[in-house]
Amino acid sequence: MSDVKNNSVSTKVYIPRDTTSLSLGADQVAAALALAALNHSNDIEIVRNGSRGLFWLEPMVEVETGQGRVAYGPVTKNDIDELVNSGLFNGAQTHALSLGDPEEIPYLKKQQRLTFARVGVIDPVSIEAYQQHGGFVGLEKALAQSGQAIVDAVKESGLRGRGGAAFPAGIKWQTVHDCGLEEESPQKYIVCNADEGDSGTFADRMVMEGDPLMLIEGMTIAGLAVGAEQGYIYLRSEYPVAQQILNEAIANAYESGFLGNNIQDSGRNFHLEVRMGAAAYICGEETSLLESLEGKRGMVRFKPPLPAIEGLFGKPTVVNNVLTLAAVPFILAEGAKTYADYGMGRSRGTLPFQLAGNIQQGGLVELAFGTTLRELLDEFGGGTASGKPMRAIQVGGPLGAYLPESQWDTELDYEAFAAIDAVLGHGGIVVFDDSVDMAEQARFSMEFCVAESCGKCTPCRVGSTRGVEVIDKIRQGENRAENHILLKDLCETMLHGSLCAMGGMTPFPVMSAVNHFSEDFERTTG
Amino acid sequence: MAEQAQWDRQRVSEIIHSTKSMAGALLPMLHAIQDSQGYIPKDAVPMIAESLNQTRAEVHGVISFYHHFRQTPPARKRIEICRAEACQARGSRELEAYAKEKLGISYHGMTASRDFSLDPVYCLGNCACGPSVRIGDEVVGRVDKTRFDELVDDAMTLPLEISS
Repeated sequence: MSDVKNNSVSTKVYIPRDTTSLSLGADQVAAALALAALNHSNDIEIVRNGSRGLFWLEPMVEVETGQGRVAYGPVTKNDIDELVNSGLFNGAQTHALSLGDPEEIPYLKKQQRLTFARVGVIDPVSIEAYQQHGGFVGLEKALAQSGQAIVDAVKESGLRGRGGAAFPAGIKWQTVHDCGLEEESPQKYIVCNADEGDSGTFADRMVMEGDPLMLIEGMTIAGLAVGAEQGYIYLRSEYPVAQQILNEAIANAYESGFLGNNIQDSGRNFHLEVRMGAAAYICGEETSLLESLEGKRGMVRFKPPLPAIEGLFGKPTVVNNVLTLAAVPFILAEGAKTYADYGMGRSRGTLPFQLAGNIQQGGLVELAFGTTLRELLDEFGGGTASGKPMRAIQVGGPLGAYLPESQWDTELDYEAFAAIDAVLGHGGIVVFDDSVDMAEQARFSMEFCVAESCGKCTPCRVGSTRGVEVIDKIRQGENRAENHILLKDLCETMLHGSLCAMGGMTPFPVMSAVNHFSEDFERTTG
Repeated sequence: MAEQAQWDRQRVSEIIHSTKSMAGALLPMLHAIQDSQGYIPKDAVPMIAESLNQTRAEVHGVISFYHHFRQTPPARKRIEICRAEACQARGSRELEAYAKEKLGISYHGMTASRDFSLDPVYCLGNCACGPSVRIGDEVVGRVDKTRFDELVDDAMTLPLEISS
């Protein structure tokens, strides 16, 4: 049969539909390619995949050939005619934009992609494609185990929360698992924190836009582990593309019996819904997120009680970041030890680092913990986009420290970063060249805290406003020495007196700028 | 004001009715109202409050807490410039100064023609390709002054949305 039909099998062409590719014209490229195929009577099937995360090459077009896939990039709609004439539909590699086998691109080849293995490879909402690439194997194994056995596997893997706080996921799950054991069917929840607000981070978005079924599978496994039948993905409103793709994937999962009642005839149930945030950075903090999910202002709650014991609507709740939950299917499918074999010290497994800011080769780099920042930049970054020397690197989002070159040899590991008053956070790495004014960056950190503080505690609400004022005085040359003392004192107060990380960590970028880039505070401005 | 009268009370009523039974209904309800009307009309607040058995103050508190929700009709094209660090490292400060000058408005402002509004946004998740701008629902990467001009010109030449 196949020999008769061979000629009419359409060529698969992959064009990403993730936010970054769209922001660089992927839809226009797809439209131009479809038109060119029509004009050349080529039978093609355009698959809208996620991005592999080599953003300087996006939009990256991949063509399926008899010898595997070949890639072209970065492609604009104006390149299409030329590419098609040079034989793109046959996978010809003569055009200047040819990249060959995408998997052989060193940037990708040098990575250890466990969580991101399928991202950018498959149609993100296709159950069939997901299963062809190892999807739902973890769920299948989980369905055959007790909740405690799943929790044990997650503990053994050493997986720690990837949102920033790095709390051991298995211990959190155990707490929720152990709640209400004496009750018939206690109400519990799985909440995915997809409020990825840190500047310089996009790994959650890439998972949700590139392999959402992995997140769905991870949340379902979490539900089986702790005995929860309802899950929510709290997604930031700045991610409408992720919302669209997640909802398509969830609908397909329901239709194929991977969500809903009696999952794969197991008698087990799990329901999942996407809920939108409304542009509030603080809602990435877990208790504030829960308030928001309950329909309230995103005010931070006092802890205890822990959300694991009294979380959403007062019920035991697992709150995990996207990357934490997305790592779970691998752990179940391949074994906890396989995952734990990656990494160093107490940081096990891999972390998807995100190279951002002023960088030539920005994108997603998933590696085991333990590489140094400098190795990461040298081997993947390709220097600054501006061509000027790098001066400061902010790791871990707007609440993370700015690192001067003397600290770039620090190993990328939670403990090693904590030892230098810095954080790995969610793995975002933002590069600045030597045109940066670090006093201005310090001011911005305080200003951001003013804009985004929930207002519940004084050190954060008032401290940030005073912080902006003090930094302004320093920059204007007003009583510099005294105001430096005041700023340091203020940072101490925020650090120790704030209810959550918003006020408690804003001093990190501020003090790192003061300590490592003091010359920038001596220039007089405005 | 006349514009306050333009919202569709019937539609808002339907949205309230269809969302009020959800767990934690207020945010989904507000999103649905803003998606359909472009903003949360002030006079809808008592309707929302009553449906959820909350006070108007509570509902107002939620609307005003979140940057996303607005209580006045939006411009025809919303322009948002990412102000976060990754875009700063790529020149978003120069871009925002240019945008303010070109449009003749500051952040949170709207042009007299109501064609454009300008707002800051803290991260669009496009951090390797900054500076990033969102115009309407579309995110655009690597926006320099020339690209910004193009975006504004395109928005001007395209037929701006014809209201119903």
